[in-house]
Amino acid sequence: MYRRVSIRLRKHFVSVFILCAGLVLSTLTVSAADPAAGKALFQANCASCHNVHKKLTGPALAGVEGRWADKKLLHAWIKNSQKVLATGDKYANDLYLAYNKTAMTSFESFTDADIDNILAYVADEEKKGAAGPKVEGTATAAAADDSSSNSLIFGIVTLILAVVAIILMQINSNLHKLAADKTGDKVPEPVPFYRNKAYIALVIVILFMVGGYFTIQGAIGLGRQQDYMPEQPIFYSHKVHAGINQINCLYCHSSAEKGKVAMIPSENVCMNCHKAINEYTGPDLFTAEGKKVNGTAEIHKLYDAIGWDASAQKYTKPGKPIEWVKIHNLPDHVYFNHSQHVVAGKVQCQTCHGPIQEMDEVHQFADLSMGWCVNCHRTTKVQFADNKYYSIFEKLHEDIKNKKIDSVTVEMVGGTECQKCHY
Amino acid sequence: MEQKKYWKGLEELHNTASHQEAVANEFRDELPFEESESLLNATTPRRDFLKYLGFTTAAATIAASCEIPVKKAIPYVNKPEDITPGVPNLYASTYVQDGEFVPVVVKTREGRPIKIEGNDLSTVTGGSTTARVQGSVLGLYDVARLRFPAINSKPGNKDGLQEQGFAEIDKAILAALAGKTAVLLTSTITSPSTKKVIGEFLAKYPGSRHVTYDTVSYAGMILANEASYGKRALPSYHFENAKVVVNFGADFLGTWLNPAEFTKQFGETRKINQAKPEMSKHFAFESTMSLTGANADERYTHRPSELGAVVLNLYAALGGAVSAPAISDARLKEGIAKAAKAIKENQGKTLVVAGSNDVNIQIIVNAINNLAGANGTTIDWNTTANYRQGIDSDMVKLVEDMNAGTVGALLVYGANPVYDYFDAAKFKAGLAKVATTISFNDRYDETTELVKYIVPAHHYLESWGDVEAKSGYYSFIQPTIAPLFKTRAFEQSLLTWTSNPTVWEDYLKSAWIAKLGSQEAWDKALQDGVIEPATAPALGGATFSGNVADAAAKIPTKKGGELELVLYEKVAIGNGKEANNPWLQEMPDPITRSTWDNYALISNTLAKKLNSRVLGDDYEIHAEKKVLKIKANGKEVELPLLILPGIHKEVIAIAVGYGRGKKENIGKAAGEVGQNAYPFVSFNGTTFDYFSTSATAEDAGKMYPIGLTQTHNSYEGRPIVKETTLEEFIKNPKEVNADREALEHYGKDFRRDATLYRDQHTNLGIKWGMSIDLNTCFGCGACTIACQAENNVSVVGKEQVVLAHEMHWLRIDRYFSGDENNPEVVFQPMLCQHCDNAPCENVCPVAATNHSSEGINQMAYNRCIGTRYCANNCPYKVRRFNWRDWNGADSFEGNLHDTGDMNDDLTRMVLNPDVVVRARGTMEKCSFCVQRLQDAKLAAKKAGHPMKDGAAKTACQQACSADAIVFGNVNDKDSAIYKLRNELQTDRLYYVLEETHVLPSINYLAKIRNKDAAPKAEAHGHGAEAHKEAAHH
Repeated sequence: MYRRVSIRLRKHFVSVFILCAGLVLSTLTVSAADPAAGKALFQANCASCHNVHKKLTGPALAGVEGRWADKKLLHAWIKNSQKVLATGDKYANDLYLAYNKTAMTSFESFTDADIDNILAYVADEEKKGAAGPKVEGTATAAAADDSSSNSLIFGIVTLILAVVAIILMQINSNLHKLAADKTGDKVPEPVPFYRNKAYIALVIVILFMVGGYFTIQGAIGLGRQQDYMPEQPIFYSHKVHAGINQINCLYCHSSAEKGKVAMIPSENVCMNCHKAINEYTGPDLFTAEGKKVNGTAEIHKLYDAIGWDASAQKYTKPGKPIEWVKIHNLPDHVYFNHSQHVVAGKVQCQTCHGPIQEMDEVHQFADLSMGWCVNCHRTTKVQFADNKYYSIFEKLHEDIKNKKIDSVTVEMVGGTECQKCHY
Repeated sequence: MEQKKYWKGLEELHNTASHQEAVANEFRDELPFEESESLLNATTPRRDFLKYLGFTTAAATIAASCEIPVKKAIPYVNKPEDITPGVPNLYASTYVQDGEFVPVVVKTREGRPIKIEGNDLSTVTGGSTTARVQGSVLGLYDVARLRFPAINSKPGNKDGLQEQGFAEIDKAILAALAGKTAVLLTSTITSPSTKKVIGEFLAKYPGSRHVTYDTVSYAGMILANEASYGKRALPSYHFENAKVVVNFGADFLGTWLNPAEFTKQFGETRKINQAKPEMSKHFAFESTMSLTGANADERYTHRPSELGAVVLNLYAALGGAVSAPAISDARLKEGIAKAAKAIKENQGKTLVVAGSNDVNIQIIVNAINNLAGANGTTIDWNTTANYRQGIDSDMVKLVEDMNAGTVGALLVYGANPVYDYFDAAKFKAGLAKVATTISFNDRYDETTELVKYIVPAHHYLESWGDVEAKSGYYSFIQPTIAPLFKTRAFEQSLLTWTSNPTVWEDYLKSAWIAKLGSQEAWDKALQDGVIEPATAPALGGATFSGNVADAAAKIPTKKGGELELVLYEKVAIGNGKEANNPWLQEMPDPITRSTWDNYALISNTLAKKLNSRVLGDDYEIHAEKKVLKIKANGKEVELPLLILPGIHKEVIAIAVGYGRGKKENIGKAAGEVGQNAYPFVSFNGTTFDYFSTSATAEDAGKMYPIGLTQTHNSYEGRPIVKETTLEEFIKNPKEVNADREALEHYGKDFRRDATLYRDQHTNLGIKWGMSIDLNTCFGCGACTIACQAENNVSVVGKEQVVLAHEMHWLRIDRYFSGDENNPEVVFQPMLCQHCDNAPCENVCPVAATNHSSEGINQMAYNRCIGTRYCANNCPYKVRRFNWRDWNGADSFEGNLHDTGDMNDDLTRMVLNPDVVVRARGTMEKCSFCVQRLQDAKLAAKKAGHPMKDGAAKTACQQACSADAIVFGNVNDKDSAIYKLRNELQTDRLYYVLEETHVLPSINYLAKIRNKDAAPKAEAHGHGAEAHKEAAHH
């Protein structure tokens, strides 16, 4: 519980930070071309064949504007290279031959402004030099974990009170004894407290309750593996991919929209980018144990698996699949469908998988218990007004109209019934 | 109308003491503690108890183990574009077995076929299926399939197979074939491309020929058609155009030619339009009781030897110039007169069919059809059917030739004469004289055991192919999975041995692309699965030119002996080729409701004659059956006897398709089950006869248990079936539901007013409901197997069926009514009724079964602790308890109870991954295919529109050929189920045990018989009363 609170706080902190940073940046850059927009376009469209500093499928882009005689021609080339080639332009044709007649993809949909933005981004990167992108301030430490201090205080107070109570009880019994002595009543020989049956019974009851509590908690926890973070065959960092490079989750986990499993991407999907990206230049990576990871070596593990020869730029061996360790395991008797949640429910990946864009190594964020599922179904609202599927729930629409309810949760349309997940 | 008495068997009809005892025991067997006696008498039972408790707790703890295993998730290296894990792909294909054909759609998950549905695009079968079509997907994963080409070094011993590569075996076979005259022995082949390949192969080896041998022959019909119309073929039948069907032992709803097609057609004529009620009238004349006969409006029995006389009498009654022998049986005589009258009144709207394999009888049947004007209306000669092509004398000649040593090589594909040829010994002797013998069969069957070279062919789900089952109507077979084993298409082998380097797939493809004109057209043909004429060709007749007088004279008039024997095919097992299928073996036979065996069916009269003391009315209660020694045609077989009301009293009926070879060769499900009845077949000089006019039966002095499901549960005499006659229904449509008026006593709205607890279940969005029409349910069992495939329903095996542990979520109850010698039959599919006021729900101590807002009675298996209170309290007896671990779902490995290799890794590939397998000790039952409902809802949700009617179909609904099952959202006013309940079928609609206010979600539509007389109240009044008393003990 505390853990989740702290993570939530951290999330807020991060978003506020990003918001502020964004505001500052947007006020600073007022120039005509917007390198930030250009970066997004570059990563989405160009990066699979081009790097600013390196030659890949296409030439390195540093100094590209200088190399072309005419900016208009460059624009035309980017929009449709074949047309430029047809005009017989010498530079263009030489370039085409130099790259083994690999035709550049046409980007007819780009506006001139788009292209200017991309070129501005390239120019910016060029200025930063070949050292590689600097990471703009990692998210600083989370807010202090102050929620635990309360319980500590409570614990200390309880302990003190307990000691006081025992002392008072001892005093009470001593006084009784004295009073009895005075009146001359015969009292049985006092037994030490550790042989006192009342104490022993009390201790046994307490032990039983505490022991029972832990046994039950342990039994409930059997088969659950929250925070499970196994070592994977390749050190694949979600932080690098989804966080720093902002790759959409659905690019790799494409069947999260289509079927019940989100699907670990097949190796050919990795190669869409990693044909071009053959070395890791980002910030240092560390395992959970603090060991430094060589990112480039990890990329080459992928090449080994799929049989890609990076220097020859071709597949030389038959590929073998990578045996990832499955982290999120639901029992066989649970039916869970990703597309239901992602498409129909419009739930963010992070809701269940946590701040995945910040995890170098993925761990299981939620406990994936039934209580966790059901609680979410009780509080989450369905797309009641927007999705016409729900038009059949006439009574609920009526209730909304009559202001009896203001929204409809998953539970209200039967989302906590057994056979929604168990069949 | 007086309530008819329905009974499952004679013991219930007569309400015997054993029956009452069986009814009183909800769970038939005692608790499985054999030591319980000694435990309680021991000196320290308490200590023992504690010891057991301690041990089991400790064992469970150790077995549960806190260690969580590491699971791997292994993605594709290069994901095929059209596979999304968890999303099924559908492929059109065609089920073909011995000329029976059904275009299907195969559902595959992650590349493995798991379910088969009918292909709606086919106008021939219109999306219908049969139990065997539904079960064929399991055949793909049959453990007993041959896995590689081999040379058979030790005949009869599978261990002697020497595995070969294709190249090696091809070389050996080419050498062995060189210069020889080959005979290719196959069952009916309907593929034009395969026939072309065969033609090329035969041309390569001069003097070779192709012999078609059908296990259950239709040569009599084919030859009769040649004699009558000059066409050596079968016509297309159109039952949907027939107002009167007269059927002489042709089981067209179960096993005759292409039952899926005929069930669909016949179903059309049995649907009742409430506003204008009419339906076909079906007369059946038969010796035993077939599925089709059980669905007849008027049913008459005769001895097999009398069939000729019956047919001739009908012909004469229609004005045919023939002198018909007299018939002594008054009831039969009356039936013929009635049928003749009906035919005369419905000229041109009549169809007469006969199951006989006698040429002369079939000629007379053709003559009757000719008189009745069936040619061109219900019988179409413009489109002929290729369903069966075997001519029996060809096969007999082949066996002669083999014995004479004139056959150089024999290639067997899809035929198994050592098992199913009537004179198997002679065939075997001949086979030994053939130098080169090759088999393409899928398993080490009786014939394959004795050949030299084995080159197993693919299963149809792994194959390429085309089918022309009817002239001009094509359908296609495409692989839905890569071959599981080292098998090769039969056509590919022939091409190789013709020295044609073409790959079979390309051969087929190029032929079709040439025919269709383009790759696109071929792709579309594969996607649709069928190519049919754009407009259906007009029905056409043929001129009858048969010599009736000659045929009539040739019909044998020999009087039969004291007893006669008739062979028949069971609906699930058919001719036995697909027998190694645990689903089909365990499917209760529609008529006898027995599983896993064949038996000798006899009438109660005969049973009492044989042994009146043992074979009394209580006989059916007990699994142990008396074994009879049956002799006919000089052959002898020992089979347990089963009493079947409705069989002719001097007839013994035995199912073929059983008595297959050794378990290790044939498979665990079919091997050594039952007895082979094919030796009783005889050859009459032209065709095979599937009966014997003289048989004897005597007590073999043994007992043998049979897994009979029919007596496993009882309604204790409560009325659950409603029926009336067409005449009555037209006169007074409300009469059939007259007893529902009594419900008005509770108030206007029975649902709301008959309870203290108002407004219990409100269904905000969806309320699922189902309707089952008893008039179009013929009891074929396709739904049972479809349900089994869809929901991973376990197979329990015969011993467990005997203990009443069968697991079918959907069973088809068969009830008799009326005269015990000529009973009427009703089939009633029974499955969880999803009661809105369910008795099971409120007795569950752990709320494992409860109600959903969509009206589904949900079952949470992992919550169930197995008290079985729910099953006890279910008035419909549809809950199934997992008495054993059928699926390996337990943590304890040794617990598994496996039957027929259902838990082999290979077989388990058939499991539906969307449905969990249930562990021992849990209760299960019909879920309305909730996985399909959830899927349909999700698709609608993702698309952002309300769910359309028909988007969610249950497996049973989809499998039903006759559309007896309607399912949908009753809250949707545009849905078929809403309209049916509120507008279209208000008169016949009723709920089973409605008066108990359990509020079922399934309604039934009363059965209507198209017979003349109103049902007579039977003279069993006191029995029924006594019964009710017993029920209220």
